[in-house]
Amino acid sequence: MDSVIRSRTPMARVWRLLLHATLLLAALWYLLPLAVMVLTSIKPLEEIGAGSLLALPENPTLAPWLKAWGSACTGMRCEGMSGYFWNSFAIVIPAVVIATLIGALNGYALTKWRFKGAELLFGMMLFGCFIPFQVILLPMAQTLGWLGLSSSRAGLIFVHVVFGIAFTTLFFRNFYVSIPDELVSAAKLDGAGFFRIFWRILLPVSKPIIVVSVIWQFTQIWNDFLFGVAFSGYGAQPVTVALNNLVNTSTGVKEYNVDMAAAMIAALPTLVVYVLAGKYFVRGLTAGSVKG
Amino acid sequence: MSALEIDNVCKDFGTTRVLEEVSLAIDSGEFLILVGPSGCGKSTLMNAIAGLEPVTSGRILVGGEDITWRTPAERDIAMVFQSYALYPSMSVRGNIAFGLEMRKVPKAEREAAVERVADLLQISHLLERKPAQLSGGQRQRVAMGRALAREPQIYLFDEPLSNLDAKLRVEMRTEIKKLHQRLGTTIVYVTHDQIEAMTLADSIAVMREGRILQLGTPDEVYNNPVDKYVAGFMGSPSMNFIDATLQGQAGDYRLHVITDGEEELVLPWPAERETPALAEHVGGTLTLGVRPEHFAEEDARLGDRAEGTLLSARVSVVEPTGADILLQLPLGDGEVTARVGPDCRVRPGERLDLRVDMRRGVLFAADSDTRLA
Repeated sequence: MDSVIRSRTPMARVWRLLLHATLLLAALWYLLPLAVMVLTSIKPLEEIGAGSLLALPENPTLAPWLKAWGSACTGMRCEGMSGYFWNSFAIVIPAVVIATLIGALNGYALTKWRFKGAELLFGMMLFGCFIPFQVILLPMAQTLGWLGLSSSRAGLIFVHVVFGIAFTTLFFRNFYVSIPDELVSAAKLDGAGFFRIFWRILLPVSKPIIVVSVIWQFTQIWNDFLFGVAFSGYGAQPVTVALNNLVNTSTGVKEYNVDMAAAMIAALPTLVVYVLAGKYFVRGLTAGSVKG
Repeated sequence: MSALEIDNVCKDFGTTRVLEEVSLAIDSGEFLILVGPSGCGKSTLMNAIAGLEPVTSGRILVGGEDITWRTPAERDIAMVFQSYALYPSMSVRGNIAFGLEMRKVPKAEREAAVERVADLLQISHLLERKPAQLSGGQRQRVAMGRALAREPQIYLFDEPLSNLDAKLRVEMRTEIKKLHQRLGTTIVYVTHDQIEAMTLADSIAVMREGRILQLGTPDEVYNNPVDKYVAGFMGSPSMNFIDATLQGQAGDYRLHVITDGEEELVLPWPAERETPALAEHVGGTLTLGVRPEHFAEEDARLGDRAEGTLLSARVSVVEPTGADILLQLPLGDGEVTARVGPDCRVRPGERLDLRVDMRRGVLFAADSDTRLA
């Protein structure tokens, strides 16, 4: 039962049918690349050379996936994507947690403990959202060198945190603006201090915006290639760099099925995050815009 | 020693002065109401007492101790907010106990305090609920419970009833009064509702533009206002102001009011209400203030024994409220409101004989609005 009152004349029905057909076609069109990837990744190499892109596999096999995961060559090493996959997690998780926490604290301080110049400071932090990655490559390399963090996982995490704070601060600041100041006043009179109020009063109501921040940061950092290739050491390279190396390693025949499997392995975690937390993402983005 | 003393407090926001040398003192167990229009500085004064806003100059003392520069946590003060400001993530129990928890009160004592307060406010059945699951009136009770649990030296109420509907507001008003009588707590209460002020307060401070115009008992503020503003602010319907010229001399002052354009109305000013200030204003224009209930329908049976000055006017509007009837009558330059008994049968357009009790009237200077008599 749908909840819309619509006209039910024959002409209207024809239009609806047309509309649905168009939408269906568009959906299929967008799904096509993914379908090609999945199909290619489970075909033996001979079938790829012989058949069409969309043909169903005659002898489906998981071998390309296993190879991409465990034994494909990424440059000099032939250990597959698995190591880099965990590398990425080791970079993303601390970077997301730290940037989200700092962003939340910033947003809290900027809205609930207003000080002279708070607005100016926030405006300057916003600037960080508009700086292209390429611009800071050299200065950041120099800074990491001074800090003794160049070519290390910690250095890469540091870069991602610094870049992420601009966004997370923006998210949390705009969220906390809509939370009444009287809550904080009441907690102050009850005897709670700066961190206690943050921890006990503000954070528990921040779930939607935490989800937004986590999804945003997770996809940004997971999908990052430039910082990964520039600042990570040899052993700490993220999955995106590995994918690039794997696809560009040219010895003998190009193994499209392995490439496709590797690409999907690299993209899977962001997909999972969206599926699990997607509905909170939209809710969080619109939170405060409508008076509830 | 006063429970709370405000000593010459000033507060500036940038270049605007929102509190101008405010001083007052209240005793332990006293119920003080700050009343005034929005923007008069009453909420700012409240925030200054709570420690949420620093003052620009002056001192605030609680129980003789200077707390001007103490943090809100260091002051032994609890506040009930207009929006209730209940912690959304905590249950009612958590909300009430939070202040005690922050002050490191042992768990058993906290539980006892929650039970005591919940009993007092009849919210025991709500203790496990979250604020979002409560109605407006219930939230109001929880907000009061949160303040009561801590047993502070002073309670601050910032327009606590203004988010409730009319019926609930009257109920809660009575309940707050009962609570105060039972617990004998010291309360500072901000409202813009003068009926709340009259019904609840031991003393009322009427504020305007950052100053306290008058501080006194409800009776003083109502019957003996210091100026025209206070007189007009307190009371509903508000006091009638009639321009008149003062004639005569001491012992025989008369007020000449122009009615209906042609006939002049003369109201003798009672000798017992004369003040020396009147002498300077003979021949000048004054403003006479008369409350609607100071008018009464002429009762023929009383004859000469009737008190008050007789006048007659054409009724323009009749507004029955149930308990009594409000009449609009042209008098002087404008219209005045008179409150008469519910049995009055007058219809719009008819003339009515009324008596006005001049002994309860007040006189203001027309130019400065200050009280003359």
